[in-house]
Amino acid sequence: MDFNLTEERQMLQDSLRRFLRDKYDTETRNKIIDSETGFSGEIWQEMAELGVIGALFSEDDGGFGGAGFDIATVFEELGRAGVVEPILDTALLAGGLIAEIGNDTQKGMVEQIIAGEIHLALAHGEPGSRYDLSRVTTTASEVDGTIVLNGRKSVVSNGGTAGHLIVSARETGDAQDPDGISLFLVPPDTQGLLITSSQLIGGGHSAEIILDDVHIPAEARLGPKGKAFPALEHQVSRATVALCAEALGAMETAMALTIEYLGQRKQFGRPIGSFQALQHRTADLLIELEQARSITILAAGHLQDARDIRERHVSAAKHLIGRIGRQISEESIQMHGGIAMTQEYALAHFAKRIVMIDHKLGDTDHHMERFIALGAA
Amino acid sequence: MDLNYSAEELAFREDVKQFLSDNLPAAFSDKVRKGQSLTKAEHEDWHAILNGRGWLAGNWPVEHGGPGWNAVERHIFEEECALAFAPRIVPFGVSMLGPVLHKFGNDAQKAHWLPRILNGDDWWCQGYSEPGAGSDLASLKTKAVREGDHYIVNGQKTWTTLGQHANMIFCLVRTDPDAKAQEGISFLLIDMDTPGIEVRPIILLDGSAEVNEVWFTDVKVPVENLVGEENKGWTYAKYLLTHERTNIAGVGFSTAGLESVKRIARAEMAGGRPLIENPHFAARLAKVEIDLMAMATTNLRVISKAAQGQAPGVESSMLKVKGTVIRQDINDLARRAAGPYALPFASEAVDGMNEPPVGPDYAAPVAAQYFNNRKLSIYGGSNEVQRQIIAKSTLGV
Ligand SMILES: Cc1cc2nc3c(=O)[nH]c(=O)nc-3n(C[C@H](O)[C@H](O)[C@H](O)COP(=O)(O)OP(=O)(O)OC[C@H]3O[C@@H](n4cnc5c(N)ncnc54)[C@H](O)[C@@H]3O)c2cc1C
Repeated sequence: MDFNLTEERQMLQDSLRRFLRDKYDTETRNKIIDSETGFSGEIWQEMAELGVIGALFSEDDGGFGGAGFDIATVFEELGRAGVVEPILDTALLAGGLIAEIGNDTQKGMVEQIIAGEIHLALAHGEPGSRYDLSRVTTTASEVDGTIVLNGRKSVVSNGGTAGHLIVSARETGDAQDPDGISLFLVPPDTQGLLITSSQLIGGGHSAEIILDDVHIPAEARLGPKGKAFPALEHQVSRATVALCAEALGAMETAMALTIEYLGQRKQFGRPIGSFQALQHRTADLLIELEQARSITILAAGHLQDARDIRERHVSAAKHLIGRIGRQISEESIQMHGGIAMTQEYALAHFAKRIVMIDHKLGDTDHHMERFIALGAA
Repeated sequence: MDLNYSAEELAFREDVKQFLSDNLPAAFSDKVRKGQSLTKAEHEDWHAILNGRGWLAGNWPVEHGGPGWNAVERHIFEEECALAFAPRIVPFGVSMLGPVLHKFGNDAQKAHWLPRILNGDDWWCQGYSEPGAGSDLASLKTKAVREGDHYIVNGQKTWTTLGQHANMIFCLVRTDPDAKAQEGISFLLIDMDTPGIEVRPIILLDGSAEVNEVWFTDVKVPVENLVGEENKGWTYAKYLLTHERTNIAGVGFSTAGLESVKRIARAEMAGGRPLIENPHFAARLAKVEIDLMAMATTNLRVISKAAQGQAPGVESSMLKVKGTVIRQDINDLARRAAGPYALPFASEAVDGMNEPPVGPDYAAPVAAQYFNNRKLSIYGGSNEVQRQIIAKSTLGV
């Protein structure tokens, strides 16, 4: 048993932490959030050069990592600094799918992803799908080697700025069936696509995408016809671990800010941290933070396992992170008082980011139900 | 024991309902339902509509132009307004300053300021908190030095809600730097147009611009704007705080909020069925609803006693804590219910801009409201301070 990071991961963690500490303060982040694309191309490029994206791909795919602990190491640091760049969408969801089921031509994109040259998005969620991964009503029909897509995709993270979209669509089966789902690589300027971008709470942009008779060649299909679901689920589980680690890093920062503030802020002639009412709650949060760390490590360590074991651990983690995330966000705001309610103070971003992670890839209730169902199987 | 309202009270409730259905502009209730903030003019219009009926200042006695309601009638009015998604009455003039002037103002002040509050001539804001003086309000530093017929005020107030709309601010200022903290404070009425006052907006975490910093540099305030006696301001401030805490339980807001959550949960589908049928979500909803049923009854018990002339004591603090926690729980349920559509940032939900919402319109404001209403347990005496009051009054150690 060894809970230490390997030397390579330790180095990556150190350099990424140093880089973000120097480059990514609250003011910079707030500017990025309000910029047109919602991310900084420059920061992205520099992170790619640091190896941040390469660490998310295996050596076979041209990277130098790709395991659960690599993902956790990177995303904990991104979370700690409150990074809003959609690396998860490009590198894990879209990039992971291309690496897992792409043909040789399509896999050529991985090199560009690792180099930080292209941005991607997975257009999967739909207005009625909520957190249901197999619910797809967008249709794909093949006529004479051409595929026609129709439907609507909702809250597609990074959907407005991606160079390529990976669109899920149903070739057979009914709305809820895991079988019959295919993926397609679609350039965003394809005729029939209507993409409307908006800002997300906690940073980043998402898009509503309407597909109205979108014609694409059959070569655009990514992976096996109608059988993309297992890969989709697998990559979503990796991304879910990334979200857990990101939330963990953000919670560490929220706690660090809170502890620092409780020591500095004086009311009634003494630091508010000297009030037992706040001390006990701080202690509870620190206990929960360790719970969050452990469940994230646990899920990261089971990412390479068989499907059911993997998914059960991932759902356990996302459930607990949702629960603890709410507690740490709300309590750190409360114990700060009014100052934490302001946009300008660092905590606001972290609190929002942590809570909004509960709305990505399944919330705490969704994953509890899934955990129960996977245990019963 | 009788849990029913009297016939008169029921008739009064019908009156209020009828009035709201006849007079509350749909455009206003629509905004409130969608969690959008109202413009200054809209607030003023609503005040004028209520004032036309004599119902703007429900807590004012008849002699000052109020309806002379007792606590039960006030409660009924507030509850019906919340259920109809009426805009909140801006509390600073009507609910806060008004009662202080009734009790401590001199005749000239009453004659001048009270009608102006009712007629909407002045928009008041509350200048209590300072960067260094939040929970420990008595440590405030903004000072006022008497020079002839004026006080010269220097310092800074913060968290001033809707100060951007205000032309008047009531302030706690330090007039005797040598006295004990609570004993050197005075209560001043200050015209925001006086030279030396600067208002700077504070953007809150949900993107809203509802609070401000107010800076004072050598601001000249005529001595007739001192309320009551010099250095007795703390007494008036405490009196005001007890009025700030009327309707502290927010039962109407919670009841309306719970209805909104149910509406979202009926429309949202989870696993092919309406979310409201999902056992985990239903359990969360039931828990809050039961909490609210009990709290609403506690509230009525307190109100009923108050109507019989018994001033609430520690119960106010209990209602503040429980009432705000329930409201926040409801906000939490709303954001959960909206699912992924809680993610898009709907600036229009906050500012009333005219962009169509990204998802279903019920989803647009929920996350912003969830974050914004974290304030409920911070202001009006934080929930920690309230718990301290409850514990102190009973433990006796
Ligand atoms: C949105 C908003 C609007 C507001 N509007 C107004 C307004 O219009 N006018 C105005 O004057 N003020 C206003 N306020 C200010 C509000 O009254 C203060 O925020 C409040 O008094 C708390 O003070 P603080 O924020 O400085 O927190 P602090 O007093 O610094 O408290 C920080 C934390 O310490 C806790 N704490 C403090 N003392 C104790 C203790 N003895 N024991 C245990 N815990 C303790 C608090 O509960 C809190 O959790 C507003 C605040 C907000 C957030």
